[in-house]
Amino acid sequence: MSNKWSGPVEKIDDYRWRIPLSYKKGMRVPGIIYADKEMLEQIREEQGLEQVANVAFLPGIVCCSLAMPDIHWGYGFPIGGVAAMRIDDGVVSPGGVGFDINCGVRLLRTNLKKEDVMPKIRQLVDALFASVPSGVGSEGKIRLSKGEIDQVLVRGSRWAVEKGYGKPEDLDVTEEHGEMKGADPSKVSGRAKERGAPQLGTLGSGNHFLEVALIDEIFEPAIAADMGIDEVGQVVLYIHCGSRGLGHQVADDYVKEMVRAMAKYGIELPERQLACAPVKSPEGQAYLAAMRCAANYAWANRQCIAHWVREAFCRVLGICEADAGLEMIYDVAHNIAKIEDHQLNGKKEKLCVHRKGATRAFPAGHPDLPQIYARIGQPVLIPGDMGRVSYVLVGTERAMKETFGSTCHGAGRVQSRAAAKRHLTGREVLHELEAKGITVRAESLSGLAEEASEAYKDATKVVNIAHNAGISKIVARTRPIGVIKG
Amino acid sequence: MRRFKLIEHTADIGLVAYGRTLAEAYGNAAYGMFSIMTDLRKVREAESRVVELNEDDAEALLFEWLNRLLYLFDVERLLFKRCEVVEFDGNKLKAVCHGEKFDPLRHRIKLGVKSATYHMLKVDREKNRVQVILDV
Repeated sequence: MSNKWSGPVEKIDDYRWRIPLSYKKGMRVPGIIYADKEMLEQIREEQGLEQVANVAFLPGIVCCSLAMPDIHWGYGFPIGGVAAMRIDDGVVSPGGVGFDINCGVRLLRTNLKKEDVMPKIRQLVDALFASVPSGVGSEGKIRLSKGEIDQVLVRGSRWAVEKGYGKPEDLDVTEEHGEMKGADPSKVSGRAKERGAPQLGTLGSGNHFLEVALIDEIFEPAIAADMGIDEVGQVVLYIHCGSRGLGHQVADDYVKEMVRAMAKYGIELPERQLACAPVKSPEGQAYLAAMRCAANYAWANRQCIAHWVREAFCRVLGICEADAGLEMIYDVAHNIAKIEDHQLNGKKEKLCVHRKGATRAFPAGHPDLPQIYARIGQPVLIPGDMGRVSYVLVGTERAMKETFGSTCHGAGRVQSRAAAKRHLTGREVLHELEAKGITVRAESLSGLAEEASEAYKDATKVVNIAHNAGISKIVARTRPIGVIKG
Repeated sequence: MRRFKLIEHTADIGLVAYGRTLAEAYGNAAYGMFSIMTDLRKVREAESRVVELNEDDAEALLFEWLNRLLYLFDVERLLFKRCEVVEFDGNKLKAVCHGEKFDPLRHRIKLGVKSATYHMLKVDREKNRVQVILDV
């Protein structure tokens, strides 16, 4: 149903393209797309660039409406979109975060090598599948008492650690320490809390997964070493999930609220899914307070899941956690809005940065980074699709200057779910993965078909653009050996 | 009469629902959404819930209608196979929804739906047709 986008794009350099301000009356800033020529052609096949132009209508947007190389057609904002707004006269838009608030990625390292794990990979994948509830409507093993949900919403990962899920050190290497300040549970509806309470500690469905992987290549050994990535063949583990029904309900509630607010504040936009309110308005502040609650819920969720992952590893391999060396490398959000300090026209200014399907990528020396990464910059985790490679990157100074410290978040879809299923059945995808030496457990076979490699851009091409454009630096590549799909 | 058709979207999935009346189109949109989630032939009409909504306009009503049903699925694990819109007045509706609780032994969830979105959301009052993109 998507038509080819035929709007104007001007070349800035091999990796940067501009949608000029003149494209549409009402754009306040130009659009900037990070892509190479080949990727740009693919992007133009659908309406993602129209969405980049639409985001440029939002009041208070500064510099440009940005698209990362994994951009694809979303709803309202494109996926892979970054937009920063002034606090004084700018807006915040729940559509600029999305329904899965703080969908994100956590990466754990181990002391284990391929040969330690391969003989038991089937048992390990089965154990992970059994320990981490997945699938639609899955309910967790955690029973929250009434009122306890508010603790989760305010304290996030710290709540989980105090309950015995993981260690205090995990908090140091989680964006916002897994406990974003300014979260106010009174701004979260009863319905959102009802949805969230039984789902804490669950993976969910869609593109969410656990992945056991091997380090496939190290490009920056010194940087990798600081993260505990030491050699090719080392085992690592990814967790990719979000805030489940709680986040979805917060987004629903506030999109509705913002549609009302737009009339009140006299804001007009090309489509309702971009609905927004001034950052400083009661509606804007309430959304940010509720969004932070959902973000904290998502961090608590990944914290609990990481704990069960550690237990499952140790149980299956018969070793203790210290010997396994199951330490967190980092945890990043890729659907979030944050108030951050950035340089604007040579002056430090607070901005409301929306990242929808985009990852924060702060450079070495940034005050928000944990001590251990002060020297190398923030780890950026880029999961590929199920059958192919994923990447570990670090943030750069150039990202700070050009993209409000942001980069890509994943491979980015190129095929609709229905199209993916027309080409391959779930069983075929399963056989293909097994043939590549990847052990898979999935809640749903059709879900597996929808997430087939063919439905995605090649993560390698995406990260190469981010790397060559200078908005992040490639550190290491990983290759999956075991996948658990919701 | 055809109740709904799917529309493809790169990251998500959409549907257009039809009806002899707009009220029926809203009911069919719910049917379409649950058909995306599961095989409704395997869902019995064992329980019902009454949903009453009063929103700012017909578009907000469609958005909230589908999201309220997703809320009921998350919280009560209810899959609805028939939603009868018994009262309808542009921005208000009352519906009686029939279905049963998700039973992993008999039901399989094909695709999880996170939310209805406003993206490309359309209510065609003349043709009694509604369109919505779902975030999945």
